[in-house]
Amino acid sequence: MVKYVIIGCSAGAVGAVEAIRELDPVGDIAVISEEPIPAYSRPMIGKYLSGEVNLENMIFPSKNFWEKQKVQLFLGKKAVKLDLTRKEIELEDAEKIGFDKLLIATGSKPIIPNIEGVTKKGAYTFTRIADAEHIRETVHAIKAQKAVVVGVGLIGITVTEALAKLGLKVTLIGRRDRVLNQVLDQKAAEILEEAMQKEGVCIVKGRTVQRILGRKDNDDMVGGVLLDDGSAIECDLVVFAVGVVPRTELVINTKLKINNGVLTDRFMQTNILDVYACGDVAETYDFVVGKQRVLALWPLARISGRVAGYNMAGLKLEYPGGASMTALNHFGVPIISVGLTTQSGDSEGYETLVFHDQKRRIYRKIMLKSGKIMGMTLVGDVERAGVIFHLMKNKVNVEDFKHKLIADNFSLASLPETLRKQLIWEVYNEFHYSPK
Amino acid sequence: MKRVHVNEELCMGCGLCEVYCAVQHSKSKDLIKAFKRETPKPVSRIKLLQEKPISFPVQCKSCRDPLCVSACLSGAMHVDEKTGSVIHDEERCIGCLTCVMVCPIGAVRINPNNSEAVIKCDLCQGSEIPACVKFCPNEALTLEEG
Repeated sequence: MVKYVIIGCSAGAVGAVEAIRELDPVGDIAVISEEPIPAYSRPMIGKYLSGEVNLENMIFPSKNFWEKQKVQLFLGKKAVKLDLTRKEIELEDAEKIGFDKLLIATGSKPIIPNIEGVTKKGAYTFTRIADAEHIRETVHAIKAQKAVVVGVGLIGITVTEALAKLGLKVTLIGRRDRVLNQVLDQKAAEILEEAMQKEGVCIVKGRTVQRILGRKDNDDMVGGVLLDDGSAIECDLVVFAVGVVPRTELVINTKLKINNGVLTDRFMQTNILDVYACGDVAETYDFVVGKQRVLALWPLARISGRVAGYNMAGLKLEYPGGASMTALNHFGVPIISVGLTTQSGDSEGYETLVFHDQKRRIYRKIMLKSGKIMGMTLVGDVERAGVIFHLMKNKVNVEDFKHKLIADNFSLASLPETLRKQLIWEVYNEFHYSPK
Repeated sequence: MKRVHVNEELCMGCGLCEVYCAVQHSKSKDLIKAFKRETPKPVSRIKLLQEKPISFPVQCKSCRDPLCVSACLSGAMHVDEKTGSVIHDEERCIGCLTCVMVCPIGAVRINPNNSEAVIKCDLCQGSEIPACVKFCPNEALTLEEG
């Protein structure tokens, strides 16, 4: 019997182990992962594909982390069965591991569209380092010239940039009217699209891929894609980045409650005592919309993992919540977008403040409701983001100084004195996600 | 843990903290050479904030519970086990801006010379007193424990 068992070895597990060890330096911890290597920075696989970083730079959070934290790793071993009554995990090789406390941190898996030709050689998804390796091998082996990326979310943009850096001609296809439609409005998306087009990326909007076509000389290999308007685009490889879903297959036939993801309370516990969930696989609290939902984001996986870890080790600590929060720096365009950002106009009591300087490629938008910030989008000039994020997280009423938020010189110095001093005091003394 | 404290009332907004921060992090570490001869131009890791009549520089305070560390995608941002300071390893940084998104005081800066890594105050590692504190003409900045 192992005191703490964690399934999944990525950001959530890292956060949990850090927290458990702060409170319990000796209790046994076992981490089980299907992947053959311990945690690595998954968001960096784009830079790995383009050859900008090597695996050593991606080890997360640091070298020797698991040894230092005295964690027993079960790598390359898939957990196949969870027995909640016997408190036991069964691995693929039939080995059984009993647990006292369990954390489900299995993350998410990419959606593979159910279309003809998807099994052809040269069709990929892009969430693991192995995906980046396979794509790189293919690019070199067949001297690929053209790629199609399907999906305009963060993963789609990331892999597009990596392939473009490798010298491929990339066509990005999305069924929406703009890139990053879930986090950017029309104007913000336009700035990024322009930068992408300048780098030679062709963006096809409002279209879906109906079928993957084979090569003329070898039908088992990707030769192109057929779109819903009947047009065909030639390519040597295709990457699907049409979203991820929680990896719930291990828990789907148990008594654990699942909606879109595994349901958790504010202490990251599931409906079953001693069983916790965090990160992409779970539904966790969103402080903007005020309810639990799936937020598949790396920083929130580590933070919710930490909160789970504290609670597993016996300290009752509430998760303050996360939000839809995206920071990206692709194609030379810095963008930060948090909370509600895509609503248009002043509908449903929302007030929108906008600053747009086309020449400098700067765009700022703040969404307010009853004097409180519900969302922000910053493009081009993002250094103020953290201060606004903090006002948002603490639900500060900004009515009296709201216009300053989008002004050129907004900073901490623009806040009213009491608020500013309180904020700095909090920085020194408060704990957002840990007790200490 | 050491932190640079700012006394807003004493800050005149002269900007020498920025100047000397940039010099300290330049190749030559010489005021004239750094600004006249170095390319790229040296960059300050701290920013003088101004909303008249208020002015003060903002530098990383090494929060007790640093969100930048929890949020960092690459592991570049970390807590020094010995000192408790938040350390940023620029070699590991990928410039993803996640730390910029969550720093409550906006202490992480974009490096105009390198979009692949952000920059922040490192308390002038190696020197006893950070340059901004040393050269503040009105003693608005002090290095304090805790």
